[in-house]
Amino acid sequence: MPELHPLAETAARFIWWLPALPLLGFLVNGALAFVAAAKPGPADPSATNEHAGTAGGSDAGHDPHGAGSAHHDQAPRHPFAAVASIIGPGVIVVAFGLALAIFAAMRGVPLHEPYVHTLFHWMPVGDLQLDAALQLDQLSIVMVLVITGVGALIHVFSVGYMQDDPGYPRYFAYLNLFVFFMLLLVLGANLVVTFVGWEGVGLCSYLLIGFWFSEQANADAGKKAFVVNRIGDFGFMVAMFLLFANLGTLDYTGLASKAHLLAPGGSVVTAICLFLFLGCAGKSAQIPLYIWLPDAMAGPTPVSALIHAATMVTAGVFLVARTSMLFSLAPAASLAVALVGAVTALFAATIGLKQWDIKKVLAYSTVSQLGYMFVGVGVGAYTAGIFHLVTHAFFKALLFLGSGSVIFAMHRAYHAVQHHEDDAQDMRNMGGLRQYMPITWALMWIGTLAIAGIPPFAGFFSKDEILSAVFARAHGSALADASLLGVHGGTLLYVIWVFGLSAALLTAIYMTRMMLYTFHGPNRTGDDARAHLGEAPWVMTGPLVVLALLSAVGGWLNLPDVVTTLVPLGPSTTLEHWLEPVVAGATARLGGDATHVTMATEEVLMGVAVAIAVAGIAIAWTRLRPAALVPKAMAEPATGLEKVLEHKWYVDEAYDATVVRPIYKTSRTLLWRVLDVGLIDTVLVNGSAAMMRFLGWIGSQLQSGQVGTYAWMLVIGAVLIVRAFAKAGG
Amino acid sequence: MLAESLALSAALFTVGVVGVLTRRNAIIVFMCVELMLNAVNLSFVALSRVYGATGQVFVIFVMTVAAAEAAVGLAIIIAIFRHLKSVNLKDINLLRG
Repeated sequence: MPELHPLAETAARFIWWLPALPLLGFLVNGALAFVAAAKPGPADPSATNEHAGTAGGSDAGHDPHGAGSAHHDQAPRHPFAAVASIIGPGVIVVAFGLALAIFAAMRGVPLHEPYVHTLFHWMPVGDLQLDAALQLDQLSIVMVLVITGVGALIHVFSVGYMQDDPGYPRYFAYLNLFVFFMLLLVLGANLVVTFVGWEGVGLCSYLLIGFWFSEQANADAGKKAFVVNRIGDFGFMVAMFLLFANLGTLDYTGLASKAHLLAPGGSVVTAICLFLFLGCAGKSAQIPLYIWLPDAMAGPTPVSALIHAATMVTAGVFLVARTSMLFSLAPAASLAVALVGAVTALFAATIGLKQWDIKKVLAYSTVSQLGYMFVGVGVGAYTAGIFHLVTHAFFKALLFLGSGSVIFAMHRAYHAVQHHEDDAQDMRNMGGLRQYMPITWALMWIGTLAIAGIPPFAGFFSKDEILSAVFARAHGSALADASLLGVHGGTLLYVIWVFGLSAALLTAIYMTRMMLYTFHGPNRTGDDARAHLGEAPWVMTGPLVVLALLSAVGGWLNLPDVVTTLVPLGPSTTLEHWLEPVVAGATARLGGDATHVTMATEEVLMGVAVAIAVAGIAIAWTRLRPAALVPKAMAEPATGLEKVLEHKWYVDEAYDATVVRPIYKTSRTLLWRVLDVGLIDTVLVNGSAAMMRFLGWIGSQLQSGQVGTYAWMLVIGAVLIVRAFAKAGG
Repeated sequence: MLAESLALSAALFTVGVVGVLTRRNAIIVFMCVELMLNAVNLSFVALSRVYGATGQVFVIFVMTVAAAEAAVGLAIIIAIFRHLKSVNLKDINLLRG
């Protein structure tokens, strides 16, 4: 190394401890789970017995007493619960502390080049020189802070939520392993290390969705997530192959320096970007591969918060930002990203309008918000996309954990009165929870206002920045001049903008609906169960408070100029300046001069956004009647459009009919009966055996046992040999 | 002289081969084998006039081996006869595959 990197002497040299810590936690917790599983007896933590009795489709299998109650010592806690509760969240908290230290070090030095920490040479094969290396730059540290920070809070919440689960150490082992792979994903210095993390988080997602695998539906949901993600991974891998074939490198630094060798707007770079985006669409649940995410809600709620809202599903957004040097060369691909994002945002929001399961509402909301992020990174506003990723991590984790608290309370109440058949996640069984859980109620309203886009909460700033970025680029940018499938880019950008606004309106409506049905109006839990409703323990509400605080002030990360000139709240566009060394070039290439709208336009846009958010909340507030709801068991089936929305536009059914069942059919007839049984089994396997038997039969016929026959053969052979010698000699 | 000797050897050998191939009695087949060996011996002796005494040495070897073979072969034939009450080769097919 000719010159020492400015970070080489700072805390950044301990960067490898970031993934190592969660891995350590995984090993310890995994060992605990193994030891406990090997020990038979009444404390046997095998998950099969405990959950067979709990209500189907319900997510939390908790003890009837809850933490802090007088009966707590009777609850069947796991024998290693104390150790796992310290190690599981502990390693993440320490990792977060280290991330803060590294962040502080990065602020102290001028940083133009990423700091690459090579652990070892991984694949030195001919032209392919791959290192197991970690890359630290402004983008990855933002992701690391979000993952370890929000991750630590969710780990702490899990201590309460999972307290009486028989698979307690197993749960923390998986969760730690997830954080390990996620950190590998964002810290990887080349696409292959990122891909390892990418696959690893997919594995952990699968393991945690099917955490209560003794119920068929949960195991199926895990499988669905895994299989759908494989389709995306195919795209990722093809993109890697194409990149290596064309540029000969997979390092991010190498890509940045060699990307100009690809023809801008050419078919190669467009294909690479589209294949990459296929991977992102799978991981980040975009149309057409979004279908796994709502089903992923079968996992424990903290898992939904961490993996399926805050971190893993945003990996696709991160990857587009990480490979912005490629996407900025392919305006058509970038337009496709933004368009898919916008359509997904609107589409998922419509489904969210009519879901009754509180987690399903949040799941579709996540899909919708991920669409927003892709709109941001698609139009080249990489900062805006990452900004929304960060704020979304705050408020969506808050909302999910809040819903976890609600489900926890509901489940506890139903458990206390032995109503296992009632659905603890259905909003029709809730209502009026405000008076039983006032803290959760207040905190979740903060989250709702943040996601709906009410200033000054975090979501307002990030969402507004994305929408104004789209609007700004609709004129005079490289994107507006490009075209996708013959449609002019500028027109598309306006369409995307309108879609974004409509999705914002729907977001405000369905989130207010969720809050109204859950916390307001009369209670529908049932007279006997109502007495057992109550706030969750502080180990769960504590993280909620922190996340609510972050949701409230997260917008300060990147205040727009127009706000700071009106009200001097603090420095403006902090995140944008921070990420400038990483994405500024790409942003400029796609946006040209049209990256920002004028101050006056910005004010109008902001006014429109706020008006839409307020309108959405007002519509929901005035039109919905929580008092008219009846519990799930007594509810009439929906009709018309409502029915279509409740059944999610019948997309799952359509996929089943057009993709799943034809594959089954082909597999059963062509692949199984014809190819496997017919060709491979009968012709190749049994056929070769029959051929050998036939040849053997022919040989056996020569063995007549008659010495005379043998003598004949001998003589004929001898004559032939003599003849051959005579010929050769003569 | 040499040519006549070799011709006689070839004739004797052929008689032996035909005997081995056509006869069914084990003892006659055995005698035909001896005939073939002796035909070869005759060639050796005849050719030793041209190529030196090595051929005659080999004749001694062949006769020794033939004697041993006759001892073993006849013993086997006797054993077979005791077992099958026949020395007809058609009846001896225990090695049929």
